[in-house]
Amino acid sequence: MPTLTTLIWIAVALLLIGVYLSWTAGRLDRLHARIDAARAALDAQLLRRASIAQELATAGVLDPAASIVLYQAAHDARQAEEEQREVAESELSQALRAVFAESAQVEAVRAAPGGDETAGELAAAVRRVPMARRFHNDSVRAARALRRHRKVRWFRLAGHAPFPLAFEMDDGPPPVLADRAQ
Amino acid sequence: MRIGIVCPYSWDVPGGVQFHIRDLAEHLIGLGHQVSVLAPSDDETPLPPYVVSAGRAVPVPYNGSVARLNFGFLSAARVRRWVHEGDFDVLHIHEPATPSLALLACWSAQGPIVATFHTSNPRSRIMIAAYPILQPALEKISARIAVSEYARRTLVEHLGGDAVTIPNGVDVDFFAGAEPKSEWQGGPEGRTIGFIGRIDEPRKGLPVLIKALPRILEEAPGTRLLVAGRGDEEEAVASLPEKMRESVEFLGMVSDEDKARLLRSVDLYVAPNTGGESFGIILVEAMSAGAPVLASDLDAFEQVLDGGAAGQLFPNEQADALATAAVSLLADPERRAELRARGTRHVRRFDWSTVGADILAVYETVADGAASVAPDERIGLRARLGLARD
Repeated sequence: MPTLTTLIWIAVALLLIGVYLSWTAGRLDRLHARIDAARAALDAQLLRRASIAQELATAGVLDPAASIVLYQAAHDARQAEEEQREVAESELSQALRAVFAESAQVEAVRAAPGGDETAGELAAAVRRVPMARRFHNDSVRAARALRRHRKVRWFRLAGHAPFPLAFEMDDGPPPVLADRAQ
Repeated sequence: MRIGIVCPYSWDVPGGVQFHIRDLAEHLIGLGHQVSVLAPSDDETPLPPYVVSAGRAVPVPYNGSVARLNFGFLSAARVRRWVHEGDFDVLHIHEPATPSLALLACWSAQGPIVATFHTSNPRSRIMIAAYPILQPALEKISARIAVSEYARRTLVEHLGGDAVTIPNGVDVDFFAGAEPKSEWQGGPEGRTIGFIGRIDEPRKGLPVLIKALPRILEEAPGTRLLVAGRGDEEEAVASLPEKMRESVEFLGMVSDEDKARLLRSVDLYVAPNTGGESFGIILVEAMSAGAPVLASDLDAFEQVLDGGAAGQLFPNEQADALATAAVSLLADPERRAELRARGTRHVRRFDWSTVGADILAVYETVADGAASVAPDERIGLRARLGLARD
């Protein structure tokens, strides 16, 4: 009789552990889905920023030197391979900061026909990139914290999903465009 | 966009978070979005059309005071039904790290969830103990918003991860356009100082101001202190000499209109709060109304005042320093005009047009490339064990 009781207890314990592991795997799955969505949003914001930069570079409202710098950086950011992406996007941030170092450039863009909207779109884009990147890296951190846990490692709950990596780049916006008091 | 907002505290009790949610909802509705707010409330309380009641909150002792919370099957069912019927593009919850309706909503929904952290409590044992319980729910939040850099720092320290900083919003033009009231305005015979806040809450700092008052009255005779807020008026002035008590006028609870008029009228607004502030909306309101601000140097206040450029700071809890600063400001109309001008410029970043655009940008960022909000259908035990038939 005692053996039977012991067996029942062991079965109950195993069952509970199984349910707990299954629940943890569900949690991890949801975190991976969150990373995918955040990454898609970050991609969209980066592309939007590069497109507006390219649009501005080819519109002829900026001086030729600034246009070329901006065009080159925007083009490289859009065409970059996955491994070069962080560097190329950082260079676009630097180019934007250099070109829009003073408010006179922004005024020049605004003065052009339809320039007000373009300047507004650019300001929105340079604000949203850091936002999207922060949300992405936050989800990466949450997933990594769970994946480092013993239960996940020992029972290989993450399956074959690649270990999530943060997206590191220089995303500082040009100060003139980031000033909210305007 | 279809936006669902969850208010953690009772709608019928006035409070900073409730006002923030009300203004945000009205701003978003004004922009043409569909907004539904889920809030605890007595069923008898009249609610604005966009608010859905989540039932009465139950008073429970929590964290040293009595909190009014929603929990249990009934509340959970109401939350799930609201999430299901709303079919929101994005769910915005407030204060998810407290046991409240927000946490319940976070628990029972999936999809793009945005969370705003308002308070910045010091790390407590409860938080450490609750961390493993909170974590699975907090993991679902796609975007976190902190109301100040200070709140963001404590959030990162306690829960890890990161957040974007978006300040609380204020309707700047409402305050800027208020009509000053002549009896609250100072004249050549004496200036007026304003204070708004609970009288009986030492955290709001009225005792510090009262302690500084004798010196202010000595060096700037005729000065009047106007106090708006609930509390025991007798007790507040008990430490003052008899003849100085008439320099303090109590206005009791004031309406929003009177608050704006008071801030428009006074020569100086003093915020002597001693701690526990994560933002300082009252400073923004004072600056909107064009009142020169003198505030204690709390982290949150320093930030709202642009490091002391948009308002003057004094060392926290030091009545003497407060008196010195107040006297020199009251005697110097040029400095006051300068603070007024800087405050008026600085405050535009807190206007709803700016803050609302930032919050919408967060919504759009998380709603991009994600399905809409839905109830979180838990997998049943049978499915987990592979016994489900379909």
